[in-house]
Amino acid sequence: MLVSYNWLKEYVNIDITAAELGEKITKSGIEVEIVESLNKGITGVIVGHVLECVQHPNADKLRVCKVDIGAEEPVQIVCGAPNVAAGQKVPVAQVGAVLPGNFKIKKAKLRGEASHGMICSLTELGVDTKLVPKEYSAGIFVMPSDAQVGSDALSYLNLDDYVLELGLTPNRADCLNMIGVAYEVAAILNEELRLPEVPLEHTGEKASDYISVKVDATEDNPYYGAMLIKNVSIGPSPLWMQNRLIAAGIRPINNVVDITNYVLLEYGQPLHAFDYDRFGSREVVVRRAKDGEEIVTLDDTERKLNSSHLVITNGEVPVAVAGVMGGATSEVQEDTTTVLLEAAYFEGQRVRAASKDLGLRSEASARYEKGIDRNRVYEAARRAASLMAQYAGGEVAEGIVEDGERSVSEGTAEVTRTRINSLLGTAIENEQISEIFTRLRFPFEVQGETFKVTVPARRPDITIDADLVEEVGRIYGYDRIPTTYLVTESRPGGLSPYQAARRKVMRYLEGAGLYQAVTYALTTPEKATSFSFVKEQQENIQTISVSHPMSEERSTLRSTLIPQLLEVVRHNHHRSLDDVGVFEISSVFFTIEQPISVLPEEKTYLSGALTGLWNIHPWQGEKKRTDFFVVKGILEGLFEELGLRSRISFESESLKGMHPGRTAVIKLDSITIGLIGQIHPGTQKEWDLNETYVFEMDLDQLIQTIVEPTVYQTLPRFPSITRDIALVVDKNLPAGDLNTVIHEAGGALLKESSLFDLYEGEHMEEGKKSLAFSLKYFDPERTLTDEEVTKAHENILRNLEERFGAELRK
Amino acid sequence: MQDRLQALKEEALLKIQQANELKELQEIKVSYLGKKGPITEVLKGMGKLSPEERPVIGAYANEVRDAITAALDAKIRQLEQAAIEEKLNKEAIDVTLPGRPVRKGNSHPLTAVIEEIEDLFLTMGFTVAEGPEVETDYYNFEALNLPKGHPARDMQDSFFITEDILLRTQTSPVQARTMEKHHGRGPVKIISPGKVYRRDDDDATHSHQFMQIEGLVVDENVRLSDLKGVLETFAKKMFGEDRKIRLRPSFFPFTEPSVEMDISCFKCGGKGCSICKHTGWIEILGAGMVHPNVLEMAGFDSKKYTGFAFGMGPERIAMLKYGIDDIRHFYTNDLRFLKQFKKA
Ligand SMILES: [Zn+2]
Repeated sequence: MLVSYNWLKEYVNIDITAAELGEKITKSGIEVEIVESLNKGITGVIVGHVLECVQHPNADKLRVCKVDIGAEEPVQIVCGAPNVAAGQKVPVAQVGAVLPGNFKIKKAKLRGEASHGMICSLTELGVDTKLVPKEYSAGIFVMPSDAQVGSDALSYLNLDDYVLELGLTPNRADCLNMIGVAYEVAAILNEELRLPEVPLEHTGEKASDYISVKVDATEDNPYYGAMLIKNVSIGPSPLWMQNRLIAAGIRPINNVVDITNYVLLEYGQPLHAFDYDRFGSREVVVRRAKDGEEIVTLDDTERKLNSSHLVITNGEVPVAVAGVMGGATSEVQEDTTTVLLEAAYFEGQRVRAASKDLGLRSEASARYEKGIDRNRVYEAARRAASLMAQYAGGEVAEGIVEDGERSVSEGTAEVTRTRINSLLGTAIENEQISEIFTRLRFPFEVQGETFKVTVPARRPDITIDADLVEEVGRIYGYDRIPTTYLVTESRPGGLSPYQAARRKVMRYLEGAGLYQAVTYALTTPEKATSFSFVKEQQENIQTISVSHPMSEERSTLRSTLIPQLLEVVRHNHHRSLDDVGVFEISSVFFTIEQPISVLPEEKTYLSGALTGLWNIHPWQGEKKRTDFFVVKGILEGLFEELGLRSRISFESESLKGMHPGRTAVIKLDSITIGLIGQIHPGTQKEWDLNETYVFEMDLDQLIQTIVEPTVYQTLPRFPSITRDIALVVDKNLPAGDLNTVIHEAGGALLKESSLFDLYEGEHMEEGKKSLAFSLKYFDPERTLTDEEVTKAHENILRNLEERFGAELRK
Repeated sequence: MQDRLQALKEEALLKIQQANELKELQEIKVSYLGKKGPITEVLKGMGKLSPEERPVIGAYANEVRDAITAALDAKIRQLEQAAIEEKLNKEAIDVTLPGRPVRKGNSHPLTAVIEEIEDLFLTMGFTVAEGPEVETDYYNFEALNLPKGHPARDMQDSFFITEDILLRTQTSPVQARTMEKHHGRGPVKIISPGKVYRRDDDDATHSHQFMQIEGLVVDENVRLSDLKGVLETFAKKMFGEDRKIRLRPSFFPFTEPSVEMDISCFKCGGKGCSICKHTGWIEILGAGMVHPNVLEMAGFDSKKYTGFAFGMGPERIAMLKYGIDDIRHFYTNDLRFLKQFKKA
């Protein structure tokens, strides 16, 4: 809502500047977003009288004018506007004047003719081109003939005004009009309120002789009133009204239309003026539209309607979409003489349905949607009729033809002083509360400490005691509320074990060299399911899409974080940042139904993407590229942190989008909880990446697994014995399998086995490789004998030979 | 004999002095002090001396031995010291060369901000409550006093999946769920961070996905003045001890009265600058007293219990704190951006 400071002063005494007023309104609950001066840096613009206007001798498009600017002699001004003429009063920027954009007016010669100043258009004076009345849009602005020559032109044009832009929350639709704002400001400043006087004379004829009104949809339209104004003559509205419309961001059209807009701004009541002679009948019938029914609206567009829309008809065809837009056929035109004025209360939801479907939002529809004051409809109609009599020469027929109740009873609410003070933490007295309700102009009665308040219809947001507490609090002043400290039962706060473990995982990964990323949950349907560590899931996974996405790119909830992490890698790659290590912890979403009827299953995944160099230490010549084992090492460290290392295994697996020979699923005990591996070179090319490794795990499973508590092991008092073995085995035998058998066969004496060599090169038989393990034997109770160790060691060798045909390397 | 010994001593000391290597000294030791050395030779002739002379010469010979031994030892130490010094000299490194880098990542700035806020409230006895990102209309709107058709639903244009299921537009449904779990008994003291979604076009100041962190306290006798106290503590910890706060009346469907909190500008201290848009104040969060309808719907007696709630945007706080100019940076994850928050 744009509020003209000058206009507001008509209703309330204001002794403070527009900026100060803005600050006060903000502190009392309505945010004033901007206080804008309409003077965009203008000085030296005065009213001039064009005495003479002749064709420029050397230029077709220029005129040479003699203009009286109240100085001793008239000045000569060359003007390019097509509408300049002798006899006009015009805004003149004198020599030395400044126009918006710091444009200084100097003496000039235009095609040989001296020019001492400039006759201005509204645009040149800083008015938005969209708001300039059509007749002046291509030329200079012509002022009323009674404008005083030589006086400041800005006050005539209201360019000395300020506009306060209110950021209204949905509960304060009462301030979508000047009178509502006046009530608010009068309460804040504790000042008197002056409402407009509405004198109305009648012609003696009755409106009901001309028109009848029938509402067939009373729920959508509880009240419809029609007035009739005869013998209007269409022309421009008075300059002060045009100025106020422009300040509020509405373009002046003609007196009748301007008056309906003016009253809309003043009372918040949308009005519509029909041309009575073009209405097509003598009856107004309000009903739901029929499915498929059509109307050509004011903007000359044919609109298809349906039964969720409310229409005004002439008994046969729609002439307006209720609260949204009038029809073209009954539009007020230059030759209109009789105006049928509509003032109605339409239900917000009905108006919203039509304005949404037709894509038409207007000042009127916005007000209906947010709720108007039912008890002001009739008053607003009278105000408009009165102005039409005054400024369009109209004669008002007696009465309003109506269907429905003109007014409704006002609501009531109750609050006690104790409730106010216990909710606010204040010690406000009865007298102060009474004063506040008086300032707000809420009628009330006090009984002891109970206030019974009648809530005016303009404030439908107030229904319960808490609403009244807020009214008292905000007028009292939130800065006067004390600061106190919570007194609640003291209980320890803290993170849950899950939340603490999740933080531990983050800190570990950050310490291990990865950056945390946060990416979008919405993606394309393809990407949403493009990776999965559950092989069966990949085929029949269901996607979950939003019904009205902003774009295909953000339409579907992901079930994997990998694609967004690849996007991060690619984003950086395209900026020559090729060494990337990122991880993300975020929700993923699963369902088995289509469409969903219950909330989808939400899991927390931990995923990562790594590419490029892992370690770089250039001057000592060290460079380590990220490979599978870099990533695996990071994860093994993580499993160790979580106490799960011994329960985790990696099994080679081929998964969609992944390198078939360099991918493993991660198992916790026997449950698959994740994947690790290299992105398939094909996928890598599609994505325009370098060699990239990823991992993805179900974090919930990982950190909700119950882990045995740490038990201290006494330090060894006896020496251990280490024996190395080098084995020759089939090339595709996983080292992990060998290790498992080594442990099984080694028995209690074998404490550790670690792989220290892998050889697949020369001197190896085709299809074979050599693996070397270092085996550590130990008994905590005594020193082992050579024989015991040899026995255990030989048992291991025998088992390896039997199970895998492993041979000792010679 | 004494003269002979004297001459040997001087000869040996001179040689020791001139020696430059440990090997030479070894040879000197052997040749003068060895069993076949000249001193031993000289002493072999002691038998010819008188009994009076014998102890004198014997003592003198020992003196010579000791002097030579001492000189040898001193010279050896000197040479060894020199050798060590030379070795150390050779081992000298350029300490200004860069160290071996330890690869280290860091938290996302939004996580850092959220954890900082969480930690602050944890010390005040709050717990962290979390909930689903896909919600029912009931928890996201209705339980929060936003019935179907309420105009304030427009404030949060939503991503609906079905008529009844949507991506949550706020973290407040966690409040509704948590209150429900308390079965009408206080106190409730939670802080709930998480991702939320709204149908906004992404630009420098809007994002269709963003973070929220909300707090809720429900108990007997909770007052707006208590909210003021909690928020003041928060503002000072988060933005500096000399911050002032200002509450302005506002509107949220789930609180009544509702407030917005501004803090005095941490850049200019309130004089007015570009960060505070020349007002001296920066809008930080929305809050209010829990609406009686919300309490009742969650099973609390609104005559007995009152409460307050507050909510803020970690993006906004991070942008203010670090001077970040574009909200999209948080979700693009450019390494040059992420790496700037090492100590965040
Ligand atoms: Zn500032």
